[in-house]
Amino acid sequence: MIDRLSQDFGFLQQAIALREQRQEVLSSNIANADTPDYKARDFDFKTAMTNAMDQRMKLANTNLTLTSPRHIPGKAVMPSDIDMMYRLPYQPSIDGNTVDMDMERVQFADNTMHYESSLQLLSIDMKTLQQAIQQS
Amino acid sequence: MSLLSIFDIAGSALTAQSQRMNVAASNLANADSAVGPDGKPYRARQVVFQVNPPAGQALGQEIGGVKVAGVVEDPTPMKQIYDPNNPMANAQGYVTMPNVNPVAETVNMLSASRSYQADVEVLNTAKTLMAKTLTIGQ
Repeated sequence: MIDRLSQDFGFLQQAIALREQRQEVLSSNIANADTPDYKARDFDFKTAMTNAMDQRMKLANTNLTLTSPRHIPGKAVMPSDIDMMYRLPYQPSIDGNTVDMDMERVQFADNTMHYESSLQLLSIDMKTLQQAIQQS
Repeated sequence: MSLLSIFDIAGSALTAQSQRMNVAASNLANADSAVGPDGKPYRARQVVFQVNPPAGQALGQEIGGVKVAGVVEDPTPMKQIYDPNNPMANAQGYVTMPNVNPVAETVNMLSASRSYQADVEVLNTAKTLMAKTLTIGQ
């Protein structure tokens, strides 16, 4: 039973973590609204969430053991769940910047709402669990 | 990577935008300064912004704040004003005046203040989210 609960929490935890990362990307876009040649970036939440929840192909990052200073360090890194993409500009400006402030603000507000709702769901989950524990 | 770094990102943008506003204010204030500290007329200045990604991020996925890469002098030619009575006038009666474009500077200032407001908004939202995150399960 408990493993199912942790699975439930894990889902929301993952969702919140991804929302947080997206929030960061969007705030970076807003911060660089006047930087020449900056290209606005974003990632698709659904794809990132699907990647994160897909347990099949997960391997831990691996480092080769080095037993001699003349060994070449080898590393196998799993690709990130997040596939960062560039936003298609509707109104690119002449200095090469592709940040569309209206779009970024809307996405930022949308992401904020989603973050808050995930937090709310997590809180409700915890409350339900607590009630079930205290009932006797 | 966390909500805390949003504070860094938005904070760096606040610094950069306020520096841009400072430069615009200096340009506007000196729009008529025919003589600077070096004896020459004032030259308009512009800030150059640059992305400032913190180290240690995956290649091709860098995000980050903004920094002022430098303040450059405007290369446009100086204004020549005909005023033979001015002590700074040359033999033809022309005075060299700063190349400040007051309209462009005013627009620059408005744009900087709007961007500043947007960044403050981001900062406030991040703050609210953090406070809410701290109350999970209460």
